[in-house]
Amino acid sequence: MGKHISIYIHIPFCIRKCRYCDFLSFPVENHDLNSYFNALKREIREETETAGRTADTVYFGGGTPSCVPPRFILEVMEELRKKYRITEDAEVSLEMNPGTLKDDGPVIYRDAGINRISLGVQSLNDVTLKRLGRIHSAFDVKKTYETLRTAGFNNINCDLISSVPGESSTDLKRSLDGIVAMDPSHISVYSLIIEPGTPLYDEYKGGGLTDLPNEDETADNDLMIINTLDAAGYERYEISNYSLPGKACRHNEAYWQRKEYRGFGPGAASLVGHRRFTNTRNMEEYKNKPGGILAEDIHLTKREEMEEFMFLGLRECKGVDKNDFYRAFGHDITDVFGAEIEKQKEKGFMEEGSGRYFYNTKGLAVSNVLMADFIEA
Amino acid sequence: MDQQHIRNFSIIAHIDHGKSTLADRIIEKTGLLTQREMQEQVLDNMDLERERGITIKSQAVRTVYKAKNGEEYIFNMIDTPGHVDFNYEVSRSLAACDGAVLVVDSSQGIEAQTLANVYLALDNDLDVFPVLNKIDLPSAEPERVAEEIEDVIGIEAMDAPRISAKQGIGIDDVLEDIVSKIPAPDGDADKPLKALIFDSLYDSYKGVIVFIRIMDGSVKKGDRVRFMATGKSDNVVEVGYFGAGQFIPCDELTTGMVGYICASIKDLKETAVGDTVTNDQNPCDEALPGYRKVNSMVYCGIYPADAAKYSDLRDALEKLQLNDASLVYEPETSAALGFGFRCGFLGLLHLDIIQERLEREYDLDLVTTAPGVVYKVYKNDGSVIELTNPANLPDPSEIEHMEEPMVAAEIMVNTEYLGAIIKLCQERRGIQIGMDYIETTRVLLKYDLPLNEIIYDFFDALKSRSRGYASFDYELKEYVPSQLVKLDILINREYVDALSFIVFKDSAYERGRKMCEKLKGEIPRHLFEIPIQAAVGGKVIARETVKAVRKDVLAKCYGGDISRKKKLLEKQKEGKKKMRQIGSVEVPKEAFLSVLKLDSED
Repeated sequence: MGKHISIYIHIPFCIRKCRYCDFLSFPVENHDLNSYFNALKREIREETETAGRTADTVYFGGGTPSCVPPRFILEVMEELRKKYRITEDAEVSLEMNPGTLKDDGPVIYRDAGINRISLGVQSLNDVTLKRLGRIHSAFDVKKTYETLRTAGFNNINCDLISSVPGESSTDLKRSLDGIVAMDPSHISVYSLIIEPGTPLYDEYKGGGLTDLPNEDETADNDLMIINTLDAAGYERYEISNYSLPGKACRHNEAYWQRKEYRGFGPGAASLVGHRRFTNTRNMEEYKNKPGGILAEDIHLTKREEMEEFMFLGLRECKGVDKNDFYRAFGHDITDVFGAEIEKQKEKGFMEEGSGRYFYNTKGLAVSNVLMADFIEA
Repeated sequence: MDQQHIRNFSIIAHIDHGKSTLADRIIEKTGLLTQREMQEQVLDNMDLERERGITIKSQAVRTVYKAKNGEEYIFNMIDTPGHVDFNYEVSRSLAACDGAVLVVDSSQGIEAQTLANVYLALDNDLDVFPVLNKIDLPSAEPERVAEEIEDVIGIEAMDAPRISAKQGIGIDDVLEDIVSKIPAPDGDADKPLKALIFDSLYDSYKGVIVFIRIMDGSVKKGDRVRFMATGKSDNVVEVGYFGAGQFIPCDELTTGMVGYICASIKDLKETAVGDTVTNDQNPCDEALPGYRKVNSMVYCGIYPADAAKYSDLRDALEKLQLNDASLVYEPETSAALGFGFRCGFLGLLHLDIIQERLEREYDLDLVTTAPGVVYKVYKNDGSVIELTNPANLPDPSEIEHMEEPMVAAEIMVNTEYLGAIIKLCQERRGIQIGMDYIETTRVLLKYDLPLNEIIYDFFDALKSRSRGYASFDYELKEYVPSQLVKLDILINREYVDALSFIVFKDSAYERGRKMCEKLKGEIPRHLFEIPIQAAVGGKVIARETVKAVRKDVLAKCYGGDISRKKKLLEKQKEGKKKMRQIGSVEVPKEAFLSVLKLDSED
């Protein structure tokens, strides 16, 4: 393997948690941010295994990285630059929620080297935003977006959530059109997942989500989204991701292509060599021994790596490359997964071309069912 | 201890009237165990029994009671199951007793199983005395219930002990009544050994443990005994009596005693329950009458979810049969389910319990087909088939006529719900035989009902339509000619033998329609559309369609958290593994029991 690496930084703070969210996050208010960032910087400082590598992508995720004073982001970047070679053309992303951009944000982020913003728009319909428990309004979205563009941030992703209870496909289309009109370089559309442990889940269990779209409505929404974005010049390159040409998120692609990555912060996962490990999600444990307590530490077998190659690689519309498989594992892809591939091709979900296997639109819609075929359980 | 100081008895009651609790109190009061050793319910030592709150397998316990007259008595208390399915076990337990304590809930009064159990006890010539339980409840009416017992059953009840087994009230009176009202065993100690086998158990260390009641003579270690039905003889290696949940060896079992013998017997079939044990050198001249052989009322197919576990299932059934002579099984093959067994049961509860024991105690994952009754098929060539598996029904052109079993049912119900229960019986093709007012508010209904109308969910329907105020008991009456057809199910145009069932002709359409609806709900969406059809004699009478899946519900991938994504896919895969492949359709095992739930929306 080369000496490249992707870096993930977890910023587990939010102003308030959204009703659907089960990510690791704490209220930013009252939290001793200094102690957290000291721990985070210590974890970076003490990293040895991947030290000195070339970092192609850096991703600040959360939580809401934009809700902490921007200087913390700058400090983390400085710490990273001491440990890694962050190239000029590296993709450095920061997740941001509308309405949380501080006045000094644009300048400091620029200094820090942030060159891509992922904006959690989720909807341009204020009723839907409320239902999701978002703290911002459609007006905040436009304002934050304009501020970013004025400050020179041109590589911006907008996240959108579909299949929200109570939202009609007309509402969804209106949000989508509104986002397209803002002309971001990248759009992600996720259908809402009711995750256990969230207030939305409790509402669901209590029988409160009677207006949840059914499978057919969700499937119709997806087709509408694909068509709308295609017409606007956005290429679908992954199940939920669309971009203008050349603007695909390189950091996420690294995950799907099983490139090595190192995650810092509580709950952050890393893939280094054949080992995948995840930091503890317990904040106190993390602060006491940053990077020293793991929630998961797995040595992947070759079989597991081959399975991951399939179920991650096939998320991308271009699918998996036969030669890549051979180079990585020393086996022909058809020797390992020939039967499954044939079955899925025969049923009209998978196609083959230019030395690659990939799912068509029909296949991408039911990829979970299909990908399970590659798992040896 | 001499014969005069032995009391062999059972406690009989309607379900939930407090039989097991009273048994526990008796054990406590007689000091066999310390309070600390008392489990919640000592007699119910199987997990399953505790959870269901009923006693499945009859068991015996010996305790020592020091009576108010200053003398010590041995109590052999033989526990009996309370459910209608297990009348056979009740009757074999009762045969080992000289008397019975009848427990009646003093807030509910006599119920259907109270009567059924009393009749069984009287059939066995037992002296029965009543006990009025649950007097601590605000709704208790012991005087009224005592009157009811005298009126309906005709036994003296006015001075019956008023007790609360739960609170430990009045237990001493029960103990004294056992001494005074239950006769000491008769029998001749000088005669050759004559003992009744009333139960047996397979233990991996001791081999078969035979539960006996000594009628005449005695048995001790080293004796050579003969089992009169089979003629086999063996050396006795151990004799003993029953502690609470354990076997306590002793020197000798004498006339009137209840205990066990071990004789290095490997096969339980050699020790048929109801058989007589005698001394091989000095045999008795005549065997005891024994029990009537019970016939299985309900049959179903049981298959391992994982075909490779077939031999494990066979071994488990063999072992269960050791302890449950009423379970019968034979191998069968299904195109849909592979190799399995057709099993016969006393009733639906019995089936349920066996299935759960197989899953729990033997860790087997099972696919069970819909239960059915035994039909008699009279063919044109004059032969008669006893049909236990619908798939084996001959071609209709070969059938002269068919007969189905009818049961005589007794239902006790409050007048308030009388109308609803009569309607239920009519819906189930019942024929009213009688209707007797026990008191102004309670009625004993007598109906003849086809067994196949009650094995599925009759009991549940009865409970829900009477808000729990109806009780029910039945026994097989006769076979009667009936218009019956076989209903077949096709999934994705493939005939599924394991889903076929026999149904009354006029109900076929309704059943077929509901069956398709149920299956539609049970079979998950696939990547293609699946037609589900119900057919009679090759003619489709109902159809539903499971639409093709169009969209994953969970498609998001969380950045580097690949493990989470993988777990999701593994779960998807695991779910598939638990299903049965019918052609290219994966069918969850629950679907094979869909027919049971057809009437659940009352």
